[in-house]
Amino acid sequence: MKICQIKELLGAELLCGSEDLERDVHSACGSDMMSDVLAYVKDQAVLLTGLVNAQVIRTAQMMDMVCVVFVRTKRPTPDMLALAEDEGIVLMTTDMRMYEACGRLYQAGLGNGAAV
Amino acid sequence: MSDNALRFHFDVDGENFTSAGQASVKIKKSLRELGVDAETIRRVSIAMYEGEINMVIHANGGDADVIVDERGIEIILSDHGPGIANIDQAMQEGFSTAPDNVRSLGFGAGMGLPNMKRYTDDMTIESVVGEGTTIRMRVNF
Repeated sequence: MKICQIKELLGAELLCGSEDLERDVHSACGSDMMSDVLAYVKDQAVLLTGLVNAQVIRTAQMMDMVCVVFVRTKRPTPDMLALAEDEGIVLMTTDMRMYEACGRLYQAGLGNGAAV
Repeated sequence: MSDNALRFHFDVDGENFTSAGQASVKIKKSLRELGVDAETIRRVSIAMYEGEINMVIHANGGDADVIVDERGIEIILSDHGPGIANIDQAMQEGFSTAPDNVRSLGFGAGMGLPNMKRYTDDMTIESVVGEGTTIRMRVNF
């Protein structure tokens, strides 16, 4: 699935990374607990989260993720945007809640990747 | 340890949760430049990142040293924090002494030390209550 399709499926607003919208991603995960992302996620390219702080972007960096979607219309701070831009991570925000956002992507064929 | 090992040193600032992880990001970039494979880089940077977060949450910062030799990568994290009273308990997933406000930041769920062990080939913890903690981790090539 291309990142631009994720944007469309979630009715999301793009916050940075417009040059990467055509990039293909194959799996995603949703969590507000960064330690869980660091523990169980393998080769997931997209993170959906309701958490807003710089460690969300750092976690994505550590896991080589390419896109972070903030749910419930949460918006990253300017320093988070700068971090993401530096690292080439796409940020977007959707007004959907976590459950619905994950459900829409899953239904459209974006799975959770490798078995945990 | 071979003489031509590469050494990196970082001061981990304990005052600022926002900046936690900067040393791990720098190591990740340096290892990439050295041509280390992606999976090894990820293991090293996640283990070090969790360690950095721990030092910021519990110990008001500390020192991080990374040594790269021909066999692998060693990460040494040392702090002058409160120490770990019961290391076996601290290694259990879900056990945490982190304050509640840390959980609202996405950490403090008792996953840090188990994650560090999960991603490394060897990990030792030396800790003296009231004096501090030193953690040595090794990821082999």
